[in-house]
Amino acid sequence: MRFNDKSIEYEKYLKDVKMRKIKIFVIQIVLLIGFFIFWEVLANNNIISTFLFSKPSDIYNLFISYVSSGVLIKHIGISVYETVLGLVIGSTLGIIIAIMLWWSDTLAKILDPFLVVLNALPKTALAPIIIVWVGAGVEGIVVTAVAISIVITILSAYNYFKNMDEEKIKMLKSFGATKSQILFKLILPGNIGNLINLTKINIGMAWVGVIVGEFLVSRYGIGYLIVYGSQVFKLDVVMMGVFVLAVCAWGMYEIVNLIEKFYYYRQRKIKG
Amino acid sequence: MEEIIKVTDLCKNFYSKEGELQVLQNINFSLQQGEILSLLGPSGSGKSTILNILTKLLKPTSGNVAIDGTIGYMFQRDHLLEWRSIMDNITIGLEIQKNKDPKAIERVEKLLKTYDLWDFRNMYPKELSGGMRQRVALIRTLSVDPDVLLLDEPFSALDYQTRLLVSDDVYKIIKNENKSAILVTHDISEAIAMGDKVAVLSKRPSTIKSECDIDLGLGESRTPFECRKVPKFQTYFDLLWKELDNNEI
Repeated sequence: MRFNDKSIEYEKYLKDVKMRKIKIFVIQIVLLIGFFIFWEVLANNNIISTFLFSKPSDIYNLFISYVSSGVLIKHIGISVYETVLGLVIGSTLGIIIAIMLWWSDTLAKILDPFLVVLNALPKTALAPIIIVWVGAGVEGIVVTAVAISIVITILSAYNYFKNMDEEKIKMLKSFGATKSQILFKLILPGNIGNLINLTKINIGMAWVGVIVGEFLVSRYGIGYLIVYGSQVFKLDVVMMGVFVLAVCAWGMYEIVNLIEKFYYYRQRKIKG
Repeated sequence: MEEIIKVTDLCKNFYSKEGELQVLQNINFSLQQGEILSLLGPSGSGKSTILNILTKLLKPTSGNVAIDGTIGYMFQRDHLLEWRSIMDNITIGLEIQKNKDPKAIERVEKLLKTYDLWDFRNMYPKELSGGMRQRVALIRTLSVDPDVLLLDEPFSALDYQTRLLVSDDVYKIIKNENKSAILVTHDISEAIAMGDKVAVLSKRPSTIKSECDIDLGLGESRTPFECRKVPKFQTYFDLLWKELDNNEI
């Protein structure tokens, strides 16, 4: 039941829900700021060594100088470019292969043990080989990112496709549907939510690939910044790299989140 | 009357690593144009297997199935696709058969108007009640204008009250559209209320134990709900109950 005139109790309920949300957000901000202040105080009082741990103000100053010289944006740009490329190729190719496995049971049976082994194997172990084979530039790093995200994409997407209600497939077949009609009218549209979720998981995977790749070969990128900083013992560079990385990964995650929200919003809009 | 389905000496075995399972043994029945046949049997008696063979989703091991016309299948659950509107759900069969022309759409629209679903055509399945969803499923089956409807326990997922209402609706729709139908059920009352003829299946390996014409003397005004009120209903019930009961031993 919906009432146009909100009762006082209902108003109170809405207010409570809103207050709770605000409270949680405030606590989160306080925690974050508190953490940095704590760190700064410890460092300023020589309780922790700034040589090993750096300190927030140093990291911030370094960040400003990197930003103003335009170096940071270059590093970020290249890493984000590699990650997005790895993510798109890994997810698309993975889903296409999953469709092929769904299409042919025999192919799925044949490839099953190989996929299981590949999934269990830490793909970062393949990074040096990939870079030797493909090249030490952006290509090698992107292929590393693809290698890490593709196997889990194939296995999960295949599982989603296989778990589609058999009776629904039978319903389409009772109208004489072909395999490709079942794919495009049922399997794919029925799994859009799942595939978006898979993309979210893949963001993390692609970042692992890119950072490992950059550790190994690159002369640009956030991974390079981190590994360079640790080699010359400039821990503020390392810390800054890690923070920038966290923000970038979070930003990409939020973008996919927005796409998801837009998708569901559009679905609701068709309804109304 | 014209014979629309004729099944002769139908046998079906299933094979698995564990062995061979004989499900159907010498099934014989026929369906006349405009008639509803109830296939009544205990669970596991291969009722759905018969329907799957009729829709050609399964191949018979031996025997002959002659169908003079097209077939529409209605399932236990509605299987509406949540991301499609009611209209798009109904026309999915037409899309698959690449027959979604203005004439077909007009027929669907007429069905929607006749059976009180017109106002809901732009809604989504989630917004409809169970009984309505099942009616939508029936219209989806009717959209491709099949000659015979196969109903696979179409009411068993509904609560009792809705089941009585929806079976009345479905019965009227089938009779109005002048379709023939085979209804598979384990519910004796439903088999009598819906069917012009009831065929009782034995336990596995199943065969048709007996056939019984249902005549409750209601004529044109017959609906499943009215059937349940006629005293003779109980006579048929007892008769079929005995047929089923004997199989148990």
